[in-house]
Amino acid sequence: MNCRVCKQRAAVEIRRHNAAFCPDHFVEHVQRQVARTIHDYEMFGPDDRLLLGVSGGKDSLALWDILTGLGYAVDGVYLHLGIGEYSSESLILTEQFAAERDLALRVVDLPVDYGFSIPQAAATQGRSACSVCGLSKRYLLNDAAAGYDALVMGHNLDDEAATLLGNVLKWNTEYLGRQAPVLPAVEGLARKVKPLIRVAERETAAYAVLRGIEYEVEECPMVAGNTINRLKERMSVLEANSPGVKQQFLFGFFERGAGHFEVGEKTELGSCRSCGSPTTGDVCAFCRVRDRATHPLEVRES
Amino acid sequence: MKVVLRHPRREVVVEGPSIVRDLLAHLDIVPESVLVIRGNELLTRSDKVEDDDTIELRPVISGGM
Ligand code: SF4
Ligand SMILES: [Zn+2]
Ligand SMILES: [Zn+2]
Repeated sequence: MNCRVCKQRAAVEIRRHNAAFCPDHFVEHVQRQVARTIHDYEMFGPDDRLLLGVSGGKDSLALWDILTGLGYAVDGVYLHLGIGEYSSESLILTEQFAAERDLALRVVDLPVDYGFSIPQAAATQGRSACSVCGLSKRYLLNDAAAGYDALVMGHNLDDEAATLLGNVLKWNTEYLGRQAPVLPAVEGLARKVKPLIRVAERETAAYAVLRGIEYEVEECPMVAGNTINRLKERMSVLEANSPGVKQQFLFGFFERGAGHFEVGEKTELGSCRSCGSPTTGDVCAFCRVRDRATHPLEVRES
Repeated sequence: MKVVLRHPRREVVVEGPSIVRDLLAHLDIVPESVLVIRGNELLTRSDKVEDDDTIELRPVISGGM
């Protein structure tokens, strides 16, 4: 198999584009896809202050590398979730990456700064680890993004397509109305952008390897209940039979579907009695999780 | 050849040489689900692997995020 551009031996095949690339031209291809996404969806400009959520995984580290390569100055924030070795290893890899490239990295430590870990929280709530983890990450990232023009997220094509499928399977119209490459800032919530949505998961992994990026390869020990991962596995079967179907599904939705689910009148957001962040209730979901996780006995007694 | 698998990390030995496509079929692995890594090289389905190679089959779905 040979590179579409230079005809040298190919390192990566992209079946949905009916193409293969050598290492250099693959890296260039991915960077171009990201640049085009940033441009097409008017995600940000060269003077914007950008904060990237980094996990130590391939997607966020590859994206940090790509954005830096494209000339953007991007700070990173790592959320230490207290998931044993998985968290500490991912942190080391993230710190190494940032140090080698002289990038600014901030670490938010859930156990130290907020008094609980994801495993602790999961044990004290009636919900899955991933759901507690997801809402905690959204809260902490939004909080960290104060003062920045945009919060940049490393979600790739497969993440977004699987999330879309999950929302369609449940006809979760509210979430469908909010799934977009760019989420504009609203009162108390940072602008969110996803520059990797045109790059498939296999391609971000290949990019990371070809760029010599050391990332966390092992899985989160709590991943078993992760519905997005299960949906991804199902979708990869469809993709194997008809390459390109994932991208058609996602971008067809952005172009022709999403408009039908646009959120009408926004629900009034109040502020959380405990932390002041925007919420529809009295106390926000994160503060409720935190409360139960840090006072498990009192909750059980009441 | 030595084949390194992940999630969790483990090793198996496969009689080589082979073609990546056949190696993956032999191990019952969907080609799109892994990167085939030899040293700091990525291999495609049509590449040849030798008996004395060490090959890592690295899943592309990251467990977590
Ligand atoms: S697998 Fe679940 S618990 Fe682990 S990092 Fe992902 S969302 Fe969090
Ligand atoms: Zn080339
Ligand atoms: Zn709160």
